[in-house]
Amino acid sequence: MGLSDSIKQRLRRWTLSMTGDDLDERLKGHRSQNEYGVDPFGFSLDYALSAVGPLVWLYQHYFRCQTFGIEHVPAGRVLLVSNHGGQLPFDGMMIGVALLTEGKPPRAIRSMVEKWVGSLPFVSTFFSRVGQIVGTPENCRRLLHNDEAILVFPEGIKGISKLYAQRYQLQEFGLGFMRLALETKTPIVPVAVVGSEEQAPAIVNLETVGKLLGMPALPLTPYGVPFPLPTKYRIYFGEPLTFAGRPDDDDAELEKKVKVVKASIQSMLEKGLAERTGIFS
Amino acid sequence: MSAEGAVVVTGISGNLGRVVAKLLHRTERVVGLDRRPFPGKPKDVEHFQIDLRKKKTEEVFRRLPVKAIVHMGIMHDPRMSAEDHHSFNVLGTTRVLECAAKYGVKKLIVLSSANVYGPSPENSNFLSEEAPLMAASRFPSVRDLIEVDMLAHGFFWRQPSVETVVLRPVHIVGPTIKNAPSNYLRLKRPMRLLGFDPMVQLIHMNDVGEALVAALTPGLKGVYNVVGPGEVPLSACFSELGAAPVPIPHPLARSLLGRLFKFRLASYPPEELDHIQFLCMVDGARWRSESGWRPRLSMRETIRGVLSDLA
Repeated sequence: MGLSDSIKQRLRRWTLSMTGDDLDERLKGHRSQNEYGVDPFGFSLDYALSAVGPLVWLYQHYFRCQTFGIEHVPAGRVLLVSNHGGQLPFDGMMIGVALLTEGKPPRAIRSMVEKWVGSLPFVSTFFSRVGQIVGTPENCRRLLHNDEAILVFPEGIKGISKLYAQRYQLQEFGLGFMRLALETKTPIVPVAVVGSEEQAPAIVNLETVGKLLGMPALPLTPYGVPFPLPTKYRIYFGEPLTFAGRPDDDDAELEKKVKVVKASIQSMLEKGLAERTGIFS
Repeated sequence: MSAEGAVVVTGISGNLGRVVAKLLHRTERVVGLDRRPFPGKPKDVEHFQIDLRKKKTEEVFRRLPVKAIVHMGIMHDPRMSAEDHHSFNVLGTTRVLECAAKYGVKKLIVLSSANVYGPSPENSNFLSEEAPLMAASRFPSVRDLIEVDMLAHGFFWRQPSVETVVLRPVHIVGPTIKNAPSNYLRLKRPMRLLGFDPMVQLIHMNDVGEALVAALTPGLKGVYNVVGPGEVPLSACFSELGAAPVPIPHPLARSLLGRLFKFRLASYPPEELDHIQFLCMVDGARWRSESGWRPRLSMRETIRGVLSDLA
């Protein structure tokens, strides 16, 4: 539904022309698919390869993404924990494209989306077909048991709706991801995205108005809408961190562990900011 | 099951009741209880045309040794008055539970439904048996179905001498089944909600019948989700069945269906739209591992089974 077949085929060819023809072959068997071409969560490789075309183009030509340390992402279950910013989740999409096109081997990652996404027409269907699911602890647990790679933004809404003045200052991290990592013995790969937090410089956050519209936040840029500017993206993958401990420990204990992850992301961010010559180059 | 005594099947005249009767009557003494007649009943099945709420129900238990009950005498007809509905389902179930406790029945199987969890945009993709039963929060008229499930669940804890099994199967489909999902999937030009294509789980009535029989296995007890051959996008069911759905924006669809239902032009109320908009899927792993039951039909056969008899 939605995309007609010929457009779908054309998009798919476009994707493969940018990523190399063998991408679909290399991804086959990556997830179980039934006779209708979907996995139990609704992911469809066919649909994803068509849908991801514009994102691959953004990755290569618009944000001109550069990745560092992608070989640190281990095979099997892993939690990718990243900073979050830029009003629209292009950071998540670019991390996804990075692992899809440059991962060794390529893998389609999952990310946990806000619960309200499930009530949005088109968006909910699109997310489901490309493998993104509503972020409940049960969903996350189940996917980790299936040895998936999951991207989480522990800053959540507070992160993505940061104002320009707060760029690259990590907001408070939720503890949920650490509980799940301990429970499922999952390594954590810290990820730092440099570039995303300047793409849509927000000057005010009209939270109250946003709430009225059913949105969790409503940040405004000088030009109103959060249209992303072509900032240069640098994506850093840190070495995997493994933690031991009880998942039902006191928050204080978990916070200590979360701080280690946060510090690792912060230092990669600082390194990335120091290394670059400009926001757009 | 080999011990002495009959297997009482309530709601035996319905589609599933007949499937269960057919599966059981050669090996068990089957006694049917239903207020409807049972045309075409196998000769060796005894049928009592009585209302479960009536005193006569107890008489059956007093007269016969009963070793097991399969309770399916639960209805869901949105056209029925809420009062009648509630009384039939809740009082009927209460009566059955009373008899099970009083007459030393060893096994009680209650057919509930995965719909008790209720569709919601916030649902996890696969709900476990521990998930709260939220269906009535958006759709109050399913309240009595939840009550039936909880009565049975409570009985499971209160009466450890009775092996109680509560089965919560996903949407049951079949050529003669008249529930909302089957009726909906039989439409040539069904309404669908623009921009929504949730994953759905279907199970064929024959597979549910076999699950109910598997639940009779001595030793098995508990609350179980029963999942059929898997999950598909709703749109895949339409293409499999050759239907041409009409996309309608959801706010419009709700008011439209509300009006159609009020004037008796549609057979389901607008709350049922949640099922074609949001997720209500369950995890059936526990049932599979503890019962050994597997669906016989593939996803394709199950979907096609909405229209035609597979035989």
